[in-house]
Amino acid sequence: MTAAGLDRREFLRASAAVGGGLLISLYVPELELARAQSPATGGKVFAPNAFVRIGTDEIVTVIANHSEMGQGVYTSLPMLLNEELEADWSKVRVEPAPVDAAYNHTAFGIQMTGGSTTTTSEWERYRKMGAAARVMLVQAAAQQWNVPAGSCHVEKGVVIHAASGKKASYGSLANAAAAIPVPSNVPLKDPKNFITIGKKVRRLDTPSKTNGTAQFGLDVTLPGMLTALVARAPVFGGKVVSFDASESLKVPGVRTVEQVPSGVAVIASGFWPARLGRERLKINWDDGANAEISSTKMLADFSSQSASPGLVAKKAGDPVGALAGAAKKITAEYDVPYLAHAMMEPLNCVVDLRADSCEIWTGTQFQTGDRANAAKVAGLAPEKVQIHTTLLGGGFGRRANPASDFVMEAVNVAKAAKAPVKVMWTREDDIRGGWYRPMWHDRFAAGLDANGEPIAWTHTIVGQSIMEGTPFEAFGIQNGIDSASVEGAADLLYGIPNLQVDLHSPKIGVPVQWWRSVGHSHTGFSVEAFFDEVAHAGGKDPYQLRRKLLAKQPRMLGVLDLVAQKAGWGKPMPAGRGRGIATHFSFDSYVAQVIEASVEKDGTVHVHRVVCAVDCGRVINPDTVTAQMEGGIIFALTAALKTEITLENGRVQQRNFHDYPMLRMFEAPAVEVFIVPSEEKPTGVGEPSVPPVAPALTNAIFAATGKRVRRLPIRSSDLAAGAEVKS
Amino acid sequence: MTSFVLNGKAVQTDADPATPLLWVLRESMGLTGTKYGCGMAQCGACTVHLDGQAIRSCVAPLSRAEGKHVTTIEGLSPDLSHPLQRAWIEIDAPQCGYCQSGQIMSAAILLKENPKPTDNDIDEAMSGNICRCGTYPRIRRAIHRAAAMAAEGRTK
Repeated sequence: MTAAGLDRREFLRASAAVGGGLLISLYVPELELARAQSPATGGKVFAPNAFVRIGTDEIVTVIANHSEMGQGVYTSLPMLLNEELEADWSKVRVEPAPVDAAYNHTAFGIQMTGGSTTTTSEWERYRKMGAAARVMLVQAAAQQWNVPAGSCHVEKGVVIHAASGKKASYGSLANAAAAIPVPSNVPLKDPKNFITIGKKVRRLDTPSKTNGTAQFGLDVTLPGMLTALVARAPVFGGKVVSFDASESLKVPGVRTVEQVPSGVAVIASGFWPARLGRERLKINWDDGANAEISSTKMLADFSSQSASPGLVAKKAGDPVGALAGAAKKITAEYDVPYLAHAMMEPLNCVVDLRADSCEIWTGTQFQTGDRANAAKVAGLAPEKVQIHTTLLGGGFGRRANPASDFVMEAVNVAKAAKAPVKVMWTREDDIRGGWYRPMWHDRFAAGLDANGEPIAWTHTIVGQSIMEGTPFEAFGIQNGIDSASVEGAADLLYGIPNLQVDLHSPKIGVPVQWWRSVGHSHTGFSVEAFFDEVAHAGGKDPYQLRRKLLAKQPRMLGVLDLVAQKAGWGKPMPAGRGRGIATHFSFDSYVAQVIEASVEKDGTVHVHRVVCAVDCGRVINPDTVTAQMEGGIIFALTAALKTEITLENGRVQQRNFHDYPMLRMFEAPAVEVFIVPSEEKPTGVGEPSVPPVAPALTNAIFAATGKRVRRLPIRSSDLAAGAEVKS
Repeated sequence: MTSFVLNGKAVQTDADPATPLLWVLRESMGLTGTKYGCGMAQCGACTVHLDGQAIRSCVAPLSRAEGKHVTTIEGLSPDLSHPLQRAWIEIDAPQCGYCQSGQIMSAAILLKENPKPTDNDIDEAMSGNICRCGTYPRIRRAIHRAAAMAAEGRTK
């Protein structure tokens, strides 16, 4: 566990489950005291903090404190626990945890899912829970048989006393085990004895995702529930001046139309009347301060800002002097746009608000914050608010909103609806709803020595801070530098002696948020593409120059060499194809990729093959790692080739998948994933495959065409025969 | 009143015949396996079968179903036994899973019309279905695998 986990006094506790069986919970004395004294609980102590429940029916239910958004934690968390418990895997089920401090992330101190950290957070805790339960079940059997516990062992959910041939199932022992004192500090298995961790295990949630039974937030229905759509301001920060709902109220099924802080809510018997009602609303908006925002103008502004250095995030040696004295100097500017997360399941939130309670059903990545924010709106103590975390139809960061935008809005609508209500977002609401990956500008200069090797590197970054004004500001922003703005740049792994990375953080009224791989989503592109420029400027092979400058980074070197070998770096390819290479270190994992691409005369880009090598420490479920690499690569190809959010007159210009297009089946390349075996601690897999994709692709396009793409998304008009690339 | 056959059972509804079929299925019939993704036939999450054809139920008015057979993901098989479901599970195709009902329903029509599809056939049949998690490589593998499973079933 991390320091945060150790600081708190935590004990495991066992209790009898309702209806029989054994519960293993996390017992935190401070929390228990707070609960006992809280008027919200009427002094009654309850323990909604179990991590595993072993039923007399043999069913082992693992309670997942992290949200399942496709990344596979509803399988990997049970795998961790069951590595020590050794129950029969076919009896293992998973259910979402309620909101409780016992389920807090071991590093972040709140209950949330993000930063590719579920495994690193839970790697020890879930195994400890499983180990304690196993020891107690064995003890219960040993007492019944009057034999030493040490003479018993377990196999697939059965305690066995080999000498006598006695056997007892976990279910039959569960009640007796609940009376056994919880052992402290049960030693965990030596990894060489792992029976499950490191082996391919099929996901527990796949069957429900192939027959329509998987429950997402959108699928929640309550008796008497109404459905609402909210008309939000066309300009971020805009306010309702007045509205006329008379036409809306004529739509059969529309019950009421109410103003809420974020706009005007049309509350109806179902989605369709709500949508028809919203279309008929007449709203007079005050656009406020952001009506002049233009992303075209921002592009120019960011470029001019980047001409002078910002706040210094990293400095080594004498970058200015080394640049001035370099044998050769190159410069370049890179741009990436605002991006929407566009999860396939648009945001939604079901709220049942009563006089003294508030129940919420939603697919969230941010339970602690959402509960606190919902409680404020509801005027209740946080203990009176419960969140039922459903499956998430994609998250990518959007559902970890520091302002709880979609949850607070839904509670506000519930107050107005005076009935249980499901607030839905249409795809248009999603694409135009803000909380984007920020627009970024990156300006570089590099100085090369007489041998063509880089000796100086300066990098000026311009873009909005994500963490400013959020609860994460205190640890995320130091000396004015938002770590999420410079990650992947300030921690450059290449051995370049004279280096400066600095940052401008303009304040712009477009809400921004983490988007799969966060700051790495721009630094991965700009750093690795500019590095390719440096290699070519010095007449070096981009793979070999990386090798040389990563000499002190054995794990990055490992993935780099592996990907080059698997991709056949330097070997002949079909005519017209180019090969690009890129690496990136993010979320404590090392990834290298090679992409093969070609460009048609009209500028259409074809991605033929993506080869990916990853070192993410010890692997829990290798097929999940492979799936996350594949998925992250496709996600990043969409960003590289297709999508941008632009604004003019403060208004977002895209609205649905026709103008915010996703990569489709016919464009999806073959993806080959190779995992470096490792005994290091497990690190992130959900995000690290994203950053290297865009640079590997633009480097491949350069290799194929000689054209350097410095602005995403890649535009076929820039690459068509005879066109000059704009940047 | 609109009458149609839903997953083999005769049903009736007094919902406005102009309502997209998707909302009737989800809200009136309680079959939530069919998903909303875009509302403009761009993403395929709402794909169902209407008299054996794949349609986007988010833009198909309820009136189109009058007197016809509608099959949703819930009606594909009672017990996960359809070759596509078996292949999806074997290959662990889904990630978040939200688009997968639509993917499977599109693939079911493909296999019905073309029991041994090539990669190009798959591209053509499946490019109307978006997956934001990027499961396309696995969906492709799973369709080939389902085709093989179905062929084994036929030769038995």
